[in-house]
Amino acid sequence: MIEKNLDILIRGGRVIDPARDVDSFADVWISGGRVHDVTPVRPAPDGRRGLVVLEADGLVVAPGLVDLHAHLRDPGQEEKETIATGTRAAVRGGFTSVCSMANTSPPVDNRAVVEYIQRTARVRGVARVFPLATVTVGMAGRHLVEMSDLAEAGAIAFSDDGRPVADGGIMRRALEYTRIVDRPIMCHEEDLTLSAAGVMNEGAVATRLGLKGWPGVAEEAMIARDLLLCEQTGGRMHLAHVTTARGVALIRWARDRGIRFTAETTPHHLTLTDEWVAGWRPQGQALPYDTATKVNPPLRSETDRLALVDAIRDGTLDLIGTDHAPHAETDKECEYDAAAFGISGFETALASLLGLVHSGEIDLSLLIQRMTIEPARAFGLESGTLAVGAVADVCVFDPEVRWTVDPLRFASKGKNTPLAGQTLRGRVVATLVDGVIAYLGEERATILSGEGAKT
Amino acid sequence: MPAAPILPSVGRAENGEVPLPERLILSAADVQRALARIAHEIVERNRGVETLVLLGIRSRGAPLAQRLRAKLLDLEGVEVPLGELDITLYRDDLADRRLAGQIGPSLVPVSLSGRRVILVDDVVFTGRSVRAALDAIMDYGRPSSVQLAVLIDRGHRELPIRPDYVGKNVPTARDEDVRVRLAETDGADEVVISRSNDAIGGAT
Amino acid sequence: MNRKDILDLDDFAADEIEQVIATAEAMREVLSRPIRRVPPLRGKTVVNLFYEASTRTRISFELAAKNLSADVVNVSASGSSVEKGESLIDTIKTVQALGADIVVIRHSMSGAPYLVAQHLRGSVINAGDGWHAHPTQALLDLFTVRQRFGRLHGLNAVIVGDILHSRVARSNIWGLTKMGVRVTLCGPPTLLPDLGSNGHRAGLPPVEISYDLDQAVRKADIIMALRIQKERQEGGLLPSLREYVKLYQVNEERLTRARPDALIMHPGPMNEGIEISPEAARGVRSVIEEQVTNGVAVRMALLYLLAAERSYVRVAS
Repeated sequence: MIEKNLDILIRGGRVIDPARDVDSFADVWISGGRVHDVTPVRPAPDGRRGLVVLEADGLVVAPGLVDLHAHLRDPGQEEKETIATGTRAAVRGGFTSVCSMANTSPPVDNRAVVEYIQRTARVRGVARVFPLATVTVGMAGRHLVEMSDLAEAGAIAFSDDGRPVADGGIMRRALEYTRIVDRPIMCHEEDLTLSAAGVMNEGAVATRLGLKGWPGVAEEAMIARDLLLCEQTGGRMHLAHVTTARGVALIRWARDRGIRFTAETTPHHLTLTDEWVAGWRPQGQALPYDTATKVNPPLRSETDRLALVDAIRDGTLDLIGTDHAPHAETDKECEYDAAAFGISGFETALASLLGLVHSGEIDLSLLIQRMTIEPARAFGLESGTLAVGAVADVCVFDPEVRWTVDPLRFASKGKNTPLAGQTLRGRVVATLVDGVIAYLGEERATILSGEGAKT
Repeated sequence: MPAAPILPSVGRAENGEVPLPERLILSAADVQRALARIAHEIVERNRGVETLVLLGIRSRGAPLAQRLRAKLLDLEGVEVPLGELDITLYRDDLADRRLAGQIGPSLVPVSLSGRRVILVDDVVFTGRSVRAALDAIMDYGRPSSVQLAVLIDRGHRELPIRPDYVGKNVPTARDEDVRVRLAETDGADEVVISRSNDAIGGAT
Repeated sequence: MNRKDILDLDDFAADEIEQVIATAEAMREVLSRPIRRVPPLRGKTVVNLFYEASTRTRISFELAAKNLSADVVNVSASGSSVEKGESLIDTIKTVQALGADIVVIRHSMSGAPYLVAQHLRGSVINAGDGWHAHPTQALLDLFTVRQRFGRLHGLNAVIVGDILHSRVARSNIWGLTKMGVRVTLCGPPTLLPDLGSNGHRAGLPPVEISYDLDQAVRKADIIMALRIQKERQEGGLLPSLREYVKLYQVNEERLTRARPDALIMHPGPMNEGIEISPEAARGVRSVIEEQVTNGVAVRMALLYLLAAERSYVRVAS
C-alpha cells in the first residue's frame, strides 16, 4: 500500500501532454496530490527520504484518461458492476475520471441518487466519479427532471442514455434549460421505430446471419434532429457514441454552419466491425453469434469505421468515450436475440486504440488528446493535463508490450468483451489518482523503488 | 499343386502406404482356374442353376460374382440373376466403417425370398464381413438358403462362418495381409501376401 | 465427413456435399427395401429438440434416426421445462446428462444451434434457426435436383418469395452456388434482403436480384417457391396478398414462359393459392413430393456420416 501524499517521481518516461503541446522525455515530480514539477530527465536521487520512484524508461507518461461515458450499474444492478469494481477496472485501463451513466435502478433522476453515488465513490471508489443525471423522470421520456437541483447536487451532465429522448419537444426544452443550468445534454441517438428490434448492423453480414438489422439511418435521423435543435436553442449538447459515416457527415455539416456541440465515438467502433459478429477475427476465424459483439449502437461496416477514424483525426469527433457496459454472465450466455447489449471496455480501451497508432492511422499524441483534455473540456472537468499545479492524475503505459486479453482476470464484473483471447499491443502499467498509485501492473512491480515503496 | 513361386517383388503402393515386399500366391491363370472350378462345384452341389442368385460383396466380390455368372452361363446356358451388396451399414466396427470408403446403394435386382443365394467375396478372414452380408440379405427377404463362395480362405475365423466354395486355402499369420487384385478394379489378376502395414488391417 | 456439427452450409466444401449426395443415394436404396432399417446407429440416442412447432421436419428426422436403429427422443418446447423458463443452455446440459449423442435442434432465434454446439459434447444438427439456416433442407434440395438432372454445375435456379425471412433461401444460396448453380433471387423489394456490395468479406455469395418473375423464369432450370406468411402483410412488408399472387405466384400461366423441363420445388408446408397454385404444386414439373422422400434419405445420410466419424464415450450415471 502506497501511503498517500508521499512524493512520487515518475522518471525517464516519454511525457505526452497534448493540452500543453508537450511530447518529450521528462521526469514528473508529484507532491501533495498535484504535479509539482516537470524537469529534464536525471538519474534517480540517492537517499531522498519518502520518495517513491516509478521507473518509466520506455514507457509513456500521459494525463490520466477521462471517460465521459461509462455504466457503473450502481445502484441497483450490482450483479453487473459496482462503483468499487467499476473504478478498479477503470484505473486498470488508465482512466482516472469516470462519468457514470444515469440508467441505474433507480435511475439518477433525483438528488438522493446523485448523493449516493458521490458518497459511495468517495468511500469505495479508486477513481474520480462524476455522476450524470437523467433527462426525463424515470427515463420515461415524458417529464424533464429538476435540472437545476440535480446540477447543484453534483450532476455533471444529463442523459437518458440506454434510451433516446424520442420526443423532440422534450429534447428542445432540455436544451433550452442548459442555457441556465450550463450542463450538457448527452444524446443517445436512436429512432426506435427505425431500429425496431434490430440486434446488429443492417447489411450484408446481418443478411447472412439471419439477424434483424439496426440500420444507420435510425441513428442519423435523430442526430440530424438534435443538431438542428442545438442550433435552434443554442443549448449545450454532446452526442454520444457516433458510429456511422453519414452521422459524421452530418456533424461536419453542422460544424461548418457554426453549430456548437461536442461528439464522441467509442474504442470498439473505431476498431471493430459487424464482421466480428460473423466470427471474423484478425487472428483467425471464430464461431459466429458471439454475444460479446452485441452492442447498442451496433458494430458497423468497415466504411463506417474508416470514416470514424478520419473524424477523430480531423477533430470532427472531439473525443473518445468507452461506453463501458458490463453485464452478468447470464445476460450474455444465451441466444443472440435474447442477449443484453454492451461491451465491458475499460480494461481494453487504450490497448485496442493503440492498434490504430501502431498501424499509422492516428498519432499517439492525438489519441491521448482525445482521451484526456478533450473530454475534460467538454464536461468542464479539472483534469486532462500534467501542467505544474494540476491534480496528479496520471496514466503510465507501455506502448509496445503484447498481451492476451483474458476477461476472467478483469477487475470489472463484466467479462463481456469480443476481444477475449485476442492479443493486443500496449498496456497500462500504472495509474495515479490524486497523487496516489491507484493501480500498478504486476508485470512491472520492478519499476517501483525507493523508500516508502512496499511491494 | 506346385508350390507358388516366391518372388520377392515390391508391392504396389495402395492408399499412399509405403509398399512392402509381397509374395505371389495366385497368378492370373490360377485365379481363372479357381473360378472355373468353383462354378462347376456350384452347378454340381445345386443340381443346376435354378433359383440361384449371385450376390457379390462390394468391392471385389462384385466382379468375382460377375465372372462366376459368365462361367455359369457357359456351363448351363442360363443367366443367373446378379446383385451387389454394400455392407458398410452393417459392419460392427466403427473403425471398419471409417475405412470402408464412400458408401453406395446396394443392387438387389430380384426378390430373395425362396431363392438360393450364392454370396461371393474375395477373401474370408474373421468372418465379420460375411456376418454383415447375412444381416443385409435378411433385410431383403427370406432366402431358402445362403451359400458362400470365396477366392481365398486365410483362416483366423472369429465367428462360426464356413465357406462352401473355396478357391484356395492359404494359412496366414494374423499380422499378414492378403490382397486380391482383379483386372476390373486393379488392372490385372493376382493374389499376393505381405506383412501388414497397420494394426487395424481390415478385418474381413 | 470431418465435422462435429452441421450448423450451416457456408463452410461446406463441394466434395463434402458430393459425399452427402452419394451417401444419400445409398440411403434411398435402403428406403426402397422391404425392411427399411439398418443398424449403424444402434445404441445411439438422437434427441429432437424443437423449440418451433414443425411436424414434417421432426417426423423426417425421427424416421431417419429410427431407420438407422437409433433411439429417438422428442422434446418440444411447449409443456416442458423450457416453457417454465429454463434457459437453452440448461436444457442442453440436461439433455447431455441423459446421454444424447446427437441433438437435432430447431429454434426461432438465429444462431441458437451455435450456442448448443459449444455446450454439447455430442453432435448438433441445425433443423432450422430463425432466418439463418436450414442446411438439411438445402442438401435435400440439391440431392433432388441432382437425381433429376444428373448434374448441378451450370444450372440456373430462381428462388422466389419472402427471401428476407427465409432460412431455406439462405442455405440454398450457399449450397447451390457451391455446386456451380447460378442463383437469382426474386420477390418484392420489401422482402429482398440487403446483400451489401459484391466481395464483402462476411456476406452471402454473389447472386442476382430480380423483381420480375416472368423474366426470371425464362431460363430457369429450377424454380423454388418459398412460403409467404400472411402476417407479413402487417407491418407493411406486403401491400396485399392479392398483389403478391398477381406478381409472384408460381402458377401454370407463368410457367408457360419457363422451360418444359424446369423443376418446381417448395420446402413445405405450402400455402396453395398464395405462393404456388395447386395445379403447379401437383403438376408434371413438380418434385415437391420427391423432396419429402429425399429428405428422409438425406437426413439418414447426415446422421450416419456424423455418427460414423466419432466414437462416443457415454458417461454412465
